[in-house]
Amino acid sequence: MNMVEASMARNAEVLAADTAIGSELDERSKFLRRLIVRGLEGGGRGHVGSSMSLVEILRVLYDDVLRHRPREPKWPGRDRMILSKGHGCLALYAILADKGFIPLAALDTFCHRDSILGGHPESAKIAGVEASTGSLGHGLSYGVGMALAQRIQGGDSRVFVLMGDGEINEGSVWEAALCAGKHKLANLIALIDYNKIQSAGFTRDIQDLEPLGDKWRAFGFAATEVDGHDVSALRALLRRIPLQSDRPSAVICHTVKGKGIPFAENDPNWHHKNKFAASELANMYACLS
Amino acid sequence: MRVTCQNMVYELAKEDERVIFIGSDLSPGLLSGMKRDMPQRYFMEGVTEANVIGMAAGLAMEGYIPYVNTIATFITRRCYEQVAVDLCLHKLPVRLIGNGGGLVYAPLGPTHLAIDDIAIMRALPHMTVVAVCDAAEMTRFMRQSADWPFPIYIRLAKGGDPVVSRDEQGFRIGEAIVMRRARAPRPVVLMATGVMTTNCLAAADRLAESGIEASVLHFHTVKPLDAKAVLDHASGAQAVVTVEEGTTIGGFGSAVTDVLVAHSTKGLPKLIRLGVPDEFPHHYGGQDDLWETYRLMPDQIATAVMTSLGKIAPDTWKVREIASRPA
Repeated sequence: MNMVEASMARNAEVLAADTAIGSELDERSKFLRRLIVRGLEGGGRGHVGSSMSLVEILRVLYDDVLRHRPREPKWPGRDRMILSKGHGCLALYAILADKGFIPLAALDTFCHRDSILGGHPESAKIAGVEASTGSLGHGLSYGVGMALAQRIQGGDSRVFVLMGDGEINEGSVWEAALCAGKHKLANLIALIDYNKIQSAGFTRDIQDLEPLGDKWRAFGFAATEVDGHDVSALRALLRRIPLQSDRPSAVICHTVKGKGIPFAENDPNWHHKNKFAASELANMYACLS
Repeated sequence: MRVTCQNMVYELAKEDERVIFIGSDLSPGLLSGMKRDMPQRYFMEGVTEANVIGMAAGLAMEGYIPYVNTIATFITRRCYEQVAVDLCLHKLPVRLIGNGGGLVYAPLGPTHLAIDDIAIMRALPHMTVVAVCDAAEMTRFMRQSADWPFPIYIRLAKGGDPVVSRDEQGFRIGEAIVMRRARAPRPVVLMATGVMTTNCLAAADRLAESGIEASVLHFHTVKPLDAKAVLDHASGAQAVVTVEEGTTIGGFGSAVTDVLVAHSTKGLPKLIRLGVPDEFPHHYGGQDDLWETYRLMPDQIATAVMTSLGKIAPDTWKVREIASRPA
C-alpha cells in the first residue's frame, strides 16, 4: 500500500464514521435535495458534493432559526445569512425557492445565459442573497461589517456566515476572525461545513485544519461541534445562539460531502461535475425518492 | 493634502452619521478627535487589509459610507480581489484613501512605491479614481465624496504640496479643470493628474520662455475621465503631452490615449507620454530624486516637449537616462 492509498484508507475510516451520523434523511431533507438535483439537471453541471453537505444546516436556519420575510427580503429586522462558500449555492437556491424568495422554476434555468441563478450567487439578482460570493474567504469579513453595523444602530439582527472547510484555508478568514474576536461580536456566528473534502482531496492531506475548534477559540470565539445532518441537534444548538454572550460563535458542523447520494458521498470526484449522464441524474433522483 | 483628507473624514462624520473611518495600522493619535467623539464610527484594525475591505463592504451593505485609509500599495495591490469583488462588484460607496501615491515613499523602496495604483484601480468596473493636486482641492473633493454612488480610490500626495488650485475653478467629480489656457491657435496641451499638474504648470512657464505656448489640463478624476475635455483640447493641438507619477502602462496616459484612439475623427495628434517606464524604481533618496530619474521635474517635462517637437537635440536627456540605470 503506497502513501496515497494509505491516506485514502485512513480517510475512508474517518468518513465512514461521519457517514453513519445522521444518515437517515427525512422527507423534507430528501425533497430539498431533489430540488438541488433539479438545478443540476437544469444546468447540466454544478457542485454536487458541496451542495448536498449543506442541506440540513440551511434547512434548520431557514425553518427554525432565521428571522426572514420572503416577500420583503430587505426587511431591516431580518437576520443576515451569508453563504460564503458560494459554490454550494444550489443548496441555498433550493431553500430560497422552497421559502418563496425565488420561483421554483428558476432552478430549471441554473447557469443558463439569462438566468438569475449562476454557478455562484449574486445579491443583485437573487432575492434573499445578502452578498455575492464565489471567490472564497470573503464572507466572514462582510459579516464582521454587518455585525458592527447592527451594534452601531442598536439593532438586534444576527449575522450568520456559512463557510466551507477548504475555504478557511484562506488567510482573509483568519484576519476576519481576529477582528470579530477583538470586537466581541456576539451577534456574529461562523458556521463551518466540515465535510473533510476540498477540491483537490481530503482536507487532512491538503491543508489539515485540526485542531479546528481550538483555532476558533484561540481567535476569541466560543466554539462547538455538531452533527451537521442531525436536524434535531442543529435546531437545538442554533436556537440557543450565541454560545456565549460576550463573543462571536463558531459552530463546526460535521457533514458528509455528497450526503444523500451514496455513490457521491465522500468522493472528491463529486465535488463538481460539468456534465451528467442521464443515468446519473436518474440514480440521484432514485436515491432521494 | 493627506492631513486635510483625513481631517475632512472627521468633518464629514460630524454632519453625516453614515460616515465611518477605518484605518489599518496608521500613526498613533491619527484622528484622535474623531476617535474620542464618535468611537463607534472610528476603527483601527491592524495590518489586515483583506479583512478591512470586506468589513467596509459589510458596513456599506448596511448603509454606511466607510473611508478606509492605509498606504497606497497595500490598499490596492494587497487586497485587489477584495476591492474588485467586495466593493466594485457590489457597487458600494466605500472610499479608499491611499497614502503615498506614486513615488512619495522613495526612501522606503519599491515595496512602498505606488507606481501602478492608478492603472490597476481604473481597470475595475464601477471604480472611480481621483488624484487631486493640493490640499485646497482635496477639501473641495471631499465635500462631494460622501454622496458619490460608487467606490472611489483617492490617491494622496506627499503632503505640504504647493497650492495651485483656486476656489473659483470649482470642482465636480469627472470634470477636468483648465489650469492654464494657451492663446496660440495650435498650442501644446499638457494633461496631468495629481501633483504632476503643479509640475506641468511650471513646465508651461519654461516652455513659454522658449516661445512655446502650452495649455495645462488637470484631471483630478482619472476615471471617469473627462473625454470631452481631452477631445476638445487635443483637437488642433500641436502635441498632447500626458504626465503622470506612475507607470505609463495602463495609467493616466493610457486613459487619455484610449479616448483619443476611440474618438478622434481627424487623426491622432502628436502624443507624448511621460511617466515611469516598465520597471520597479531602483533608487532611493527623495521623491524629487525619483521625479528627476523619470524626467518628471518641470524643466525635464519642458525639455521632453521641446525635444519631441524638434526644438532641441535629444542627446541631452538620453545621456542622462542611460546614466541613471543600474550597471
